Amino acid sequence: MHHTTVLLIEVGALLLVLGLLSRLSRRIGLSPIPLYLLAGLAFGHGGVLPLSASEEFFEVGAEIGVILLLVMLGLEYSASELVGNLRAAAPAGLADGLLNALPGAAFGLLLGWGWVGAIVLAGVTWVSSSGVIAKVLADLGRLGNRETPVILSILVIEDLAMALYLPLVTAILSGQGLLGGSIALTVAVVTVVAVLVVAIRYGHVISRMFSAQDPEALLLGVLGLTLLVAGLAAGLQVSAAVGAFLVGIALSGPVAHNATELLSPLRDLFAAVFFVFFGLNTDPRAIPPVLLPAIALAVVTMATKVLTGYLAAKRVGIALPGRWRTGLALAPRGEFSIVIAGLAVGTSLVNPQLAPLATAYVLVTVVTGPMLARLPDFAWFKRWLRRQAARGLPPAAATE
Amino acid sequence: MRVRVEQTALPGIGVRHDLVTTSGRRLGVVTHRNGRRDLVLYDPDDPDSCTADIPLTDDEAEALADILGASLMLGQLSGLRQQAAGLLTEQVSIPAGSRYVGRRLGDTQTRTRTGASIVAVLREREVIASPDPTFRFEAGDVVVVVGTRQGLDGVTAILAETDPDG
Repeated sequence: MHHTTVLLIEVGALLLVLGLLSRLSRRIGLSPIPLYLLAGLAFGHGGVLPLSASEEFFEVGAEIGVILLLVMLGLEYSASELVGNLRAAAPAGLADGLLNALPGAAFGLLLGWGWVGAIVLAGVTWVSSSGVIAKVLADLGRLGNRETPVILSILVIEDLAMALYLPLVTAILSGQGLLGGSIALTVAVVTVVAVLVVAIRYGHVISRMFSAQDPEALLLGVLGLTLLVAGLAAGLQVSAAVGAFLVGIALSGPVAHNATELLSPLRDLFAAVFFVFFGLNTDPRAIPPVLLPAIALAVVTMATKVLTGYLAAKRVGIALPGRWRTGLALAPRGEFSIVIAGLAVGTSLVNPQLAPLATAYVLVTVVTGPMLARLPDFAWFKRWLRRQAARGLPPAAATE
Repeated sequence: MRVRVEQTALPGIGVRHDLVTTSGRRLGVVTHRNGRRDLVLYDPDDPDSCTADIPLTDDEAEALADILGASLMLGQLSGLRQQAAGLLTEQVSIPAGSRYVGRRLGDTQTRTRTGASIVAVLREREVIASPDPTFRFEAGDVVVVVGTRQGLDGVTAILAETDPDG
């Protein structure tokens, strides 16, 4: 058969499968991310039914998928929100980084993957999944809860921290060592600060380049600018994903709102391609040997995430049940962990076991995380919390 | 009258306004960036979490605001009554022997004769607002009258007139 014909059949069949999987995940109230990863494992090298002709398509598609994930993330926040949030939530963000990145790094060193592997694993375990958590909060009707701003501001800080972390990792993985890494980090810091300042002062000027009313021109314009900036950023070793994130932040007002609506279907398509591609590139036979370490890592870092949320909520005066809700909601890792692991795949500096480990790790946290988030709604959990609260209080106050 | 409304930013989602009522309940509104809004009611046992999260369409939110606004206006009107000098409201009951029992409101000609207006009739816990001249009185009805002191006394006297035939 002609190459293009095979390509169409493979891509079409796979997208159809993804569509059905997405429907299934909605039916059982789960994020579709684990199912996309599993589909990728099944159809990749060493899987049940290896696909070959469409590899190039999925490779480019996955690249676009990361960029779209990040630009949409940037569009969700306004620059002033990011900066305003920074001061108030910085201690919580710092605790989040220490409590969750360090176990990952320690684990990497323990496995003997060297300091590069440790830095990559630190990123994988650090960042919660904004997409999964926002959906869980909406599904459980918790957007009005008083601990929700605490959760959201931790996510915001993590996303901002990624704007500094990704260029560092990109530089280190490209073999530039610590010196190259620190140069990339400096460039990234300057760029991020410059973009934030420009976005706060002149966000409306950048947004005026586009017409919010003309969907076609807006879609092409925003997508074009995003890919262009992402490409330039990658050229400067600042990581394409960060460039896209900054474009998202710089856009504001009705342009940002309409662009979000126009880009959402594209993001859904290419993000699915991205998760599948990660699965495609991972040999499922490599997973069983790293399954136990992955589960151990998941248990430890989910516990530290719960602690992070608990402390952050306590700091702003949220009561006991709210602290547990904050901690448990933060547990799922997702797109960012895969993005970071994706950067490391294929470079000789990192142990080849990292990709299967990251896949298994994300599978575990993204499936169990949203389930754990429901715990505080169960009656037995509330009873247990009441007993805890009663024990901590003087008898007179507890009898109320 | 001053109520403390707390405004909280929800990065990436929108903004939340909430307040604590005098009765100790917390309620709020979550306004999403895309214009959607939810009415949220908080759990009295766990004031950090909401027990209900009710999405409202534009029309529903407007209708709810109208209802709350209207009840507020009625309250302000009754406050006004005490401020407007000389204008009074009084409830006058129709005695069983009144000549107007079973007759129409128009027959009393209260407005022409006294200048006071009958604005409502209370009958068996029901409120009949702005009754028209064809409204028929029954024994035990309570009439809400607005007017000057003199006018109100006049209406009381008219409604108390006994039936000449009875």
